[in-house]
Amino acid sequence: MNDNKQRAIITVVGHDTVGIIAKVCTYLADNNINILDISQTIVSGYFNMMMIADLSGKSKHFAEISSELDKLGADIGVVIKMQREDIFDEMHRI
Amino acid sequence: MRCIEFEGKQMINITEVAETNEMIERENLDVRTITMGISLMDCAASDLERLCDNIYNKITEKAKNLVKTGEAIEAEYGIPIVNKRISVTPIGLIGASACKSAEDFIRIAKTLDKAAGATGVNFIGGYSALVSKGMTDKEKLIIESIPEALKYTERIMSSVVAGSTRTGINMDAVRLMGDIILKTAEATKDKDSIGCTKLVVLCNAPDDNPFMAGAFHGVTEPDVVINVGVSGPGVVKRALEKTHGSDFETLCETIKKTAFKVTRVGELVAQEASRRLGVPFGIIDLSLAPTPAIGDSVADILQEIGVEHAGAPGTTAALAMLNDQVKKGGIMAASSVGGLSGAFIPVSEDQGMIDAAEAGALTIEKLEAMTCVCSVGLDMIAIPGDTSAETIAGILADEMALGMVNQKTTAARLIPVIGKGVGDSAEFGGLLGHAPIMPVNKFSCADFVNRKGRIPAPIHSFKN
Repeated sequence: MNDNKQRAIITVVGHDTVGIIAKVCTYLADNNINILDISQTIVSGYFNMMMIADLSGKSKHFAEISSELDKLGADIGVVIKMQREDIFDEMHRI
Repeated sequence: MRCIEFEGKQMINITEVAETNEMIERENLDVRTITMGISLMDCAASDLERLCDNIYNKITEKAKNLVKTGEAIEAEYGIPIVNKRISVTPIGLIGASACKSAEDFIRIAKTLDKAAGATGVNFIGGYSALVSKGMTDKEKLIIESIPEALKYTERIMSSVVAGSTRTGINMDAVRLMGDIILKTAEATKDKDSIGCTKLVVLCNAPDDNPFMAGAFHGVTEPDVVINVGVSGPGVVKRALEKTHGSDFETLCETIKKTAFKVTRVGELVAQEASRRLGVPFGIIDLSLAPTPAIGDSVADILQEIGVEHAGAPGTTAALAMLNDQVKKGGIMAASSVGGLSGAFIPVSEDQGMIDAAEAGALTIEKLEAMTCVCSVGLDMIAIPGDTSAETIAGILADEMALGMVNQKTTAARLIPVIGKGVGDSAEFGGLLGHAPIMPVNKFSCADFVNRKGRIPAPIHSFKN
């Protein structure tokens, strides 16, 4: 599989609160997932973060990480989604 | 906005991610169907028992991972794949040797239903007869079995191809379908004649259509294939709202760009499904397929383009333009395009169309005109239950003629709702929605449709 197939976009959306990035990053580090890029904006109190993550060294299955991130989001009170990068690449890059 | 490069490629940025996810979360962007086409040619046997075993075994083997794979793709890409379906070789061909009666064909229908249930798909298409020029005795039997087959099964979709540009229109089949549609309505009258929502009569039917009810796996197709139908009326409508009041050039550009983006997602899902299942990819069907969900309506796009309700003067032109731009945008986004490809204009499955019909803006005659420029035809139209078989056949013949002369696919899915008349509404539930009963022209065409034989192919079909 090429590198692109091993990359995922993680989005975090919700009310801004202390330590969102720290908690997500800690989880990713614990699972050997490298972060290639982070960007974030805050629109009317809503925290909006996107990470590009490299999953090539990941220690678990995609679905498992995805559902654990989902649970982590629920604990922090934000929505965390992980999607393979291809869907964005296909739509926005020719 | 930052644009950083990674290994020479510009990386995806937060605006692009937000745009895609907004399409999915707020504008009903989805992949409407992954349809696995399965050839049943090698299942044919002269013994009915053996034939049914062969069919069941082949379908459940080939499609065993279809639903699971579809769900995995949904989860990993975050894009809903609404339906996972199967289409098979027309049973009128496969059952010809083994079936001696309509009841024998119903045995096959039940087998297909059971196989569909075992694989977890919601529909299986291909309980079909290809009779555009003539009917074999066995094809007549399968057509006669349709009302009972649809009554006693859950997941079967049935289609009859009654004409084409190359063959003309088989008027004997069209006339017979007038009766069959009424019988199907009668057989399922306790559920607002819902059986008729699973039965379509086609002209110029494509071999690779992933959409129901007209999906079947054509005889020119490979053993197994993956076809994908995209959707996205809500996304197009939202994009047009952002350019509200613009000129035609901007309007068309916006539709094309949006169709491109929507189709790219379909292409990705198709390629991924094909790779994971180890089944060749067939085509992408570039269709704006509406659902009853608010904001997922083709009629709403027409309204945004500028007609008060679908059906108002100007609707046909607006739809023609919409359909063309969807194709132009989508074709570049997909490696192989086929199926029906265009905008669907079903009445019951589109809240905007339902509203237009209830407001009196939309008539069957106007819908007929619209079918000249959209991808299919008179779709999901509820008519009074006391409509005669001859009149139904007349409407079918008109629709077949439009397809034949214009060299396009046309179809009719009419639902004579037994016990209901104009002013009432039929409730089908789920993706099928509800439909106001539309008035039908009262004048007779009996002497026309009762003639025997066929309408010959038009002059422009002779291209050799």
